[in-house]
Amino acid sequence: MHALIPMLGIVLRLAVWLLLAPLLPGIINKVKAWVAGRRGPPVFQLYYDLAKLWRKGVVMSSLASPGFIAGPAIAWVALIGAAMLMPLGPVGCAVSFPGDVLLLIYLLALARFCTVWAAMETGSAFEGMGAVREVSYAVLAEVAIIAAVLSLSVETGSVTLVTMLSPSLGAGAVLLAAGIFTVLLAENCRVPFDDPNTHLELTMIHEVMVLDHSGPPLAVVLHGASIKLLLFTVLLVQAVLPMREFTVLGAVGVLAAGVLVVTVSVGFIESLLARLAFRRVPLLLTTAILFCLFALLVAWKGGVE
Amino acid sequence: MSNGTWMIGHPDLNLLIGLAMGLNLLALGSSRLPSMIRSMSVQGMLLGLMPLLLEAGNLDWRIFLVALATIVGKGFVIPGLLRRAMRAANIERDIQPFLGYVPSLLLGAAGTIAAVALARALPLLPEHSGSLLVPGAIASVLTGFILMIGRVRAISQVCGYLILENGIYLFGLLLIHSTPLLVESGILLDLTVGVFIIGLIVDRIQRAFDSLDTRKLNTLRE
Repeated sequence: MHALIPMLGIVLRLAVWLLLAPLLPGIINKVKAWVAGRRGPPVFQLYYDLAKLWRKGVVMSSLASPGFIAGPAIAWVALIGAAMLMPLGPVGCAVSFPGDVLLLIYLLALARFCTVWAAMETGSAFEGMGAVREVSYAVLAEVAIIAAVLSLSVETGSVTLVTMLSPSLGAGAVLLAAGIFTVLLAENCRVPFDDPNTHLELTMIHEVMVLDHSGPPLAVVLHGASIKLLLFTVLLVQAVLPMREFTVLGAVGVLAAGVLVVTVSVGFIESLLARLAFRRVPLLLTTAILFCLFALLVAWKGGVE
Repeated sequence: MSNGTWMIGHPDLNLLIGLAMGLNLLALGSSRLPSMIRSMSVQGMLLGLMPLLLEAGNLDWRIFLVALATIVGKGFVIPGLLRRAMRAANIERDIQPFLGYVPSLLLGAAGTIAAVALARALPLLPEHSGSLLVPGAIASVLTGFILMIGRVRAISQVCGYLILENGIYLFGLLLIHSTPLLVESGILLDLTVGVFIIGLIVDRIQRAFDSLDTRKLNTLRE
């Protein structure tokens, strides 16, 4: 009977991640519609889309190997695994061991690798182009996220996510917030880097890679993308706010409010900014790296004073 | 002037210096001339606030005068002159880098990190060791060097020179008690007149050579 309770917790946590994740793109779209003065799609639109896609059939190229289906599936599982490693404030995380932050980074990389793999399977030069763009931005974004993790681990002297994500407020937290937020926008293909709404052939990044997917694989790709967005949002909130200082209920509320604030600000950025020219993107990502590096510097030198 | 009230490790002061260091990087990464001038002028205003914080204990009219002159001079007069020169000479707003934005940003950041990391190794007075004054000064001087070497247009090189001077001003804050007011005001006046003259010269160069590209100005012409 005692063995059942942790199992129940994990199942509950899994359900929360799976069910809440598609809410975020809905909120972002609602904010964008609100700023533009439109009514916009309902907040639950992605749920309807996923349900619709799940019932549809799959169109597959006769040249593609099973990797075309396996890629999105593995990516989705990897993202769920990463979500299981991510602590949720006072509730802690499902699995925790020293150094799990490295596994988190590698799981995110694995997910990206599998999406790119599936994109290459189609043999279309167009999707290859999208894959190249995705990977070349990811190289820079990954450096930034590693620098952010390093600064957190230097500050707390730990490489375990549960203990790492309890930073102190101050200049370092502000720098870290700016850096991780930029990485969040880049990793989730949000506006200054990529416009999720345009389907102009020469400017797409992420959308290009999944053009040939249809039916359930596309649903898995979309759901995986929303989980990744939620993952980064939760990471950002916990890397900046000292969650330990609230009571259990308060921490859950603060976490939820933080996620909402980040999501809404993503929506505002999407509606107020234009997509950057491709040659400008490395500059912005370098800035994100520098934000995280300076947060590392602040952590290393024990605060500014 | 008593030396007992040194407030040099003041956290607010460090915050201001940190912001000034961030503005250095903004100037290095900005691709438009107006935004570069803006970051330079905001840095000048921050620098003007510093003597007030530094001497929060014993404010006298001298400190106020230095602060006011710095804020007005570096924050408004010099940027205004530069903007006027830019308008008068019809300079394009895009900065042409000789050294790309990303390399110069990385160089500047490496310089800043090195300055912060190595400042402890310098033989500083114990009351200065906790503050960011010396690292901030070194970082600004390095940024000025990078901008002066790495940019093609004369006006952006002037911006680099002014940021370099801001770094020297930060060094000067360490000696604020022993520097006579005359020296401070002389430096500021020199700077203003210098930028004023550059503004005039830039206009003339533009008319004579049809370009402010310093690479072209190196070759002799009839």
